[in-house]
Amino acid sequence: MKEKIRIASGQGFWGDLIDAPYNQVYGGEIDYLVMDYLAEVTMSILQKQKNKNPELGYARDIPELMKRILPECKKRNIKIITNGGGVNPIACAKAVLDVAKSLNVENLKVAVVLGDDIREKIDELILQKCELNNMETGESIISIKDKILSANVYFGAFPIVEALQKKADIVITGRTTDTGLTLAPMIYEFGWNKNDYDLLAAGTVAGHILECGAQASGGNFLGDWKSVPDMANIGFPIAEAYPNGEVIITKHENTGGKVSFETVAEQLLYEIADPKNYITPDCIADFTSIKLEDLGNDRVRVYDVEGLPETEFYKVSCSYADGFSASATLTYSWPEALTKAKAADEILRKRLENLNLKFEEIRTEFVGHNACHGPLAKSLNEDDINEIVLRIAVRSKDYNSVERFGKEIAPLILTGPPSVTGFAGGRPKPSEVVAYWPALIPKKLVEHQVKIFEV
Amino acid sequence: MKKIKLLEIAHGRSGDKGDAANIGIIAYNEEGYKILEKYLSADLVKKHFEGICFGKVDRYELPNLRALNFVLHNTLGGGGTVSLKLDAQGKTLAAALLRMELEIE
Repeated sequence: MKEKIRIASGQGFWGDLIDAPYNQVYGGEIDYLVMDYLAEVTMSILQKQKNKNPELGYARDIPELMKRILPECKKRNIKIITNGGGVNPIACAKAVLDVAKSLNVENLKVAVVLGDDIREKIDELILQKCELNNMETGESIISIKDKILSANVYFGAFPIVEALQKKADIVITGRTTDTGLTLAPMIYEFGWNKNDYDLLAAGTVAGHILECGAQASGGNFLGDWKSVPDMANIGFPIAEAYPNGEVIITKHENTGGKVSFETVAEQLLYEIADPKNYITPDCIADFTSIKLEDLGNDRVRVYDVEGLPETEFYKVSCSYADGFSASATLTYSWPEALTKAKAADEILRKRLENLNLKFEEIRTEFVGHNACHGPLAKSLNEDDINEIVLRIAVRSKDYNSVERFGKEIAPLILTGPPSVTGFAGGRPKPSEVVAYWPALIPKKLVEHQVKIFEV
Repeated sequence: MKKIKLLEIAHGRSGDKGDAANIGIIAYNEEGYKILEKYLSADLVKKHFEGICFGKVDRYELPNLRALNFVLHNTLGGGGTVSLKLDAQGKTLAAALLRMELEIE
């Protein structure tokens, strides 16, 4: 058994710094590179791409990245784990193998985790009285069945562990929890068991710290953010994991950013609900048990984490088409910038009303005044306001109403209040609203498979 | 009674959980955490976010991190891509909570 392993976070979401995984590989010693590419909205986008072209539906950054890091990772035996397979992990694996062949990388095993995509099985599940009731409203999925874009089960760490046991160099999954990507190598390397709940919780906590990339190492840090050095070269976090569940969060030397009690604590609180019940497919982690010790030099020790047994359910995330929306902005300058923007908003709303368009919601925000903090924003004297961006957004089930809204923006320049600018890029186009349907499914109704491809 | 600015004793981070936002507030030291624990109630947070949060507010304590976690239901205009808000994910709500002044004894 290894004494410790270093797991590097290479991506906090699809669209994160392209060079981050490259820098994690070349910036120092690591054993694993883990990359989270999937936000909820990503799955529906990928499904649409796959519908158009059955060879797509995964994060296409991955083969591009592999061209830059694959030979080095193979040479140093750095294993790569990512959920960027999206709704088509096999196509992703094949693209990676093509890269390997073109670079003459040999003896490469790429594992794919399948079974999370249950879109085709929903009818069957309904017949089995599993109606994937909405976790928030209790409603049966039958009501939106025909509008479903994607439906995926969140797998945990164990399918990835299985892939690592089959000696995979690269593991590509579809929907897997972000935390599972980091927990899996710890289970595999240290031989943890399915009922070592404290250890599984420790690895899960490490995964939560790593899952948003540099958000744990000084990015988006609301504490003393100006003290974070060299953000231009921010180092992504690395979990140095030990067999007893202790983890040291750090980053490569000679990188920017900061790993401290404060930066790690902020990330631990990101997107959590009840801290005593952080539920994953692998265990329930108790975030109130976590101990943090700032060791200095960008090292924070995370220890004494406690966990409880996992539940009998997987979480399912379905996305479905739910109408259309569009937003537009116009910029008004001093004097009386806010008054002008408010007048323009009134004029626009009156015109939309006269046109008898149907909207579920029309939302107006004055950027520079109250878009972020609403009624909490300080009111300013008009004379102190230099400019205001008027932002208006609409949502409707009716495509034509949203499209027409887009045609009513530019006319405000010549038919509304003065000193207005910033209308570039043409008419705003309606975009499809993708809504989410969170549900639970008994684990026994879902099976995962691990397939190996090799060159 | 004296007034204390939350911004001076704490920092935090916020994000989305569907249509709910969560706000983690972390004190810079133990003394600050005692103030948060004693005075920063769910009711106060609910009142602070009047006109923004339209649901209930849950409050959780994490003394180990010198932190409180608040979950604000019905806050993000539908959440995800349904929301028309510029800040549909509630990213700036932690800063909005730090605007609060606490009255302490």
